[in-house]
Amino acid sequence: MQLVLEKRAERSNTIALVSPLIAIGLTIATMSVLFAILGKNPIVALGVYFIDPLADSYSLQEIAVKATPLVMIAIGLSFCYLANAWNIGAEGQFLIGAVAGSWLAVKTHGTDAGLWVLPAMLLLGAIGGALYALIPAICKVRFGASEILTSLMLVYVADLLLDYLVRGPWRDPKGFNFPTTAEFDPVATVPILIEGGRLHLGAVITLLVVVAGAVLLGKTIMGFEIRVVGAAPRAARFGGFNSNRLILLTFAISGALAGMAGIIEVAGPIGHLQPGISPGYGFTAIIVAFLGRLNPAGILIAGLFLALTFIGGEQAQIAMKIPLDVTKVFQGILLFYVLACDSLILYRFRLVSSSPKVSRGVA
Amino acid sequence: MGLLEAIILAVLAASTPLLLAATGELVTERAGVLNLGVEGMMIVGAACGFAGAWLTGSVIVGAICGMLAGVVLSLVFALMTLALAVNQVAAGLALTILGTGVSGLIGSRFVGEKITTAPKLYIPGLTDIPFAGRILFGQDAFVYLSLALIIGASWFLYRTRGGLILRAVGDNHASAHALGYPVLRIRMFAVMFGGACAGLAGAYLPLAYTPFFIPGMTAGRGWIALALVVFSSWLPGRLVIGAYLFGAVTILQLHAQGAGLGIPSQFMTALPYLATVIVLVLISRARTGGSTAPAALGTVFVPDR
Repeated sequence: MQLVLEKRAERSNTIALVSPLIAIGLTIATMSVLFAILGKNPIVALGVYFIDPLADSYSLQEIAVKATPLVMIAIGLSFCYLANAWNIGAEGQFLIGAVAGSWLAVKTHGTDAGLWVLPAMLLLGAIGGALYALIPAICKVRFGASEILTSLMLVYVADLLLDYLVRGPWRDPKGFNFPTTAEFDPVATVPILIEGGRLHLGAVITLLVVVAGAVLLGKTIMGFEIRVVGAAPRAARFGGFNSNRLILLTFAISGALAGMAGIIEVAGPIGHLQPGISPGYGFTAIIVAFLGRLNPAGILIAGLFLALTFIGGEQAQIAMKIPLDVTKVFQGILLFYVLACDSLILYRFRLVSSSPKVSRGVA
Repeated sequence: MGLLEAIILAVLAASTPLLLAATGELVTERAGVLNLGVEGMMIVGAACGFAGAWLTGSVIVGAICGMLAGVVLSLVFALMTLALAVNQVAAGLALTILGTGVSGLIGSRFVGEKITTAPKLYIPGLTDIPFAGRILFGQDAFVYLSLALIIGASWFLYRTRGGLILRAVGDNHASAHALGYPVLRIRMFAVMFGGACAGLAGAYLPLAYTPFFIPGMTAGRGWIALALVVFSSWLPGRLVIGAYLFGAVTILQLHAQGAGLGIPSQFMTALPYLATVIVLVLISRARTGGSTAPAALGTVFVPDR
């Protein structure tokens, strides 16, 4: 028996819609086996993971809070991936955005600066993230250096820069030597939407980003160029599209969104700058982008789903002593299944009884 | 022991995991497959290597466990990219994310445990030669193995028929297929070799470099190994030079931190990563006359029947 791929005459639109669902189903089946291996009842564990967080309003808000950075970063990444530009350093751009925006919060701390502080911080975060993302993009366009490797290396650099700042110049003098800045002033904090809850203005901004992303991709020439350059580079060259310009542009957009997500996270749920502000949002957002089929509406749903796994993972750790690493395993397996199911859109899988050995004459 | 001797010994130790992982990736990429999951295979290799050595008390069993773990993960990658024609960049990222989780899952119960690391070679007389003795004849088996592997890989790629076929598959899979070579099977073996090397490189860290396991202890070495393959222009000789240069950067920044030059330690720690970016830019810029990469690198091959 041998597995053979057959190219479909046309891409299958039905499978394009259901493939993420098949992938999620396969992932859940695989996870049940993993839970059983870990000695936990799979049904109970899956319930804690995927059902319990949906049952109370606190967890529901928490899902939205976690989905906020994931969706915002993933929208930007989808632009890159559609244009075949591989930005995998969103985690670093997230951190630099947080640093750039926090600079203003630290400088204005304790002064009576007005309401302009927060909008300025968000802008600084976006600019910081965009500039940081432009480093690998320029290295790619000007010198041909692999953007995959350079963007990833810069994640480590960003992490160390943040670490230096909160242990050195920006450390809160009254912070008992903990590596953190002072709590941001109220004017430097993202407002809460529901009194006493955790849901913040960032969720609204993310929804606006989703709508803007959909309009940009679907209704503008730029969105069309991005899709053509990625899907048919040769046709794009004949059409006179400048692929270098699009690499710079998509990196800048995704960097800006990742940076803004970073400063929103710091000025919102966290409230100060400290090491470890991200549980890998920049990497999980890659999965969100693919699971959402690089489509803004899909990304919104995928982001909520992956946020659910973060919350479910935390609850499973508390309730059932399931290690937190299971969440990462889950995310990795999910990405594999998503990619494999995507193959079904272009190819048909067929099992053939034995391999044809006709064309072996030369060997 | 003089300072210079100490530095050279430390550089050899720091370079070995880079050289091991990069050797595997070089062969994989020569067959036309870009496996970005080196970091993931390494970190699982580190966890399984430590687990094997801790449970049995044998470094050799640990090394074999690390290699097997790398091979298993690389087979997942091969299934995705070769059998199911999945995009290699995305599958490699998935492998790294999965590897980080699996490594934590396996390794968490061993955090805080200690093992005896791989013994250093000692040949009476030879090892006692001042300066050169310990550098040439006083290393652990991994160091010699890493050099043997790259020499062996170089011999295989350029001096054997199998190597010629492998390079042909990496440069033009359609022609190789037309000549009747099993492209996907050859690529699978290349990917598995890469997995074994990455797993061994990861296992080297807890088995010889430090005697314990910490989650995330590979700290980007897998990615640096990928950059080294680009740096080497896919040539084994240059790969050795690159690996030792990067080992030297890592060790020199540690010594600079120790010397207390007044530069914050985070900046020194960032040096190897920044050096990778700069080297990638310089090497890509120098190569204006066209890329030396295997022509079919990273492209999907679906045989038509």
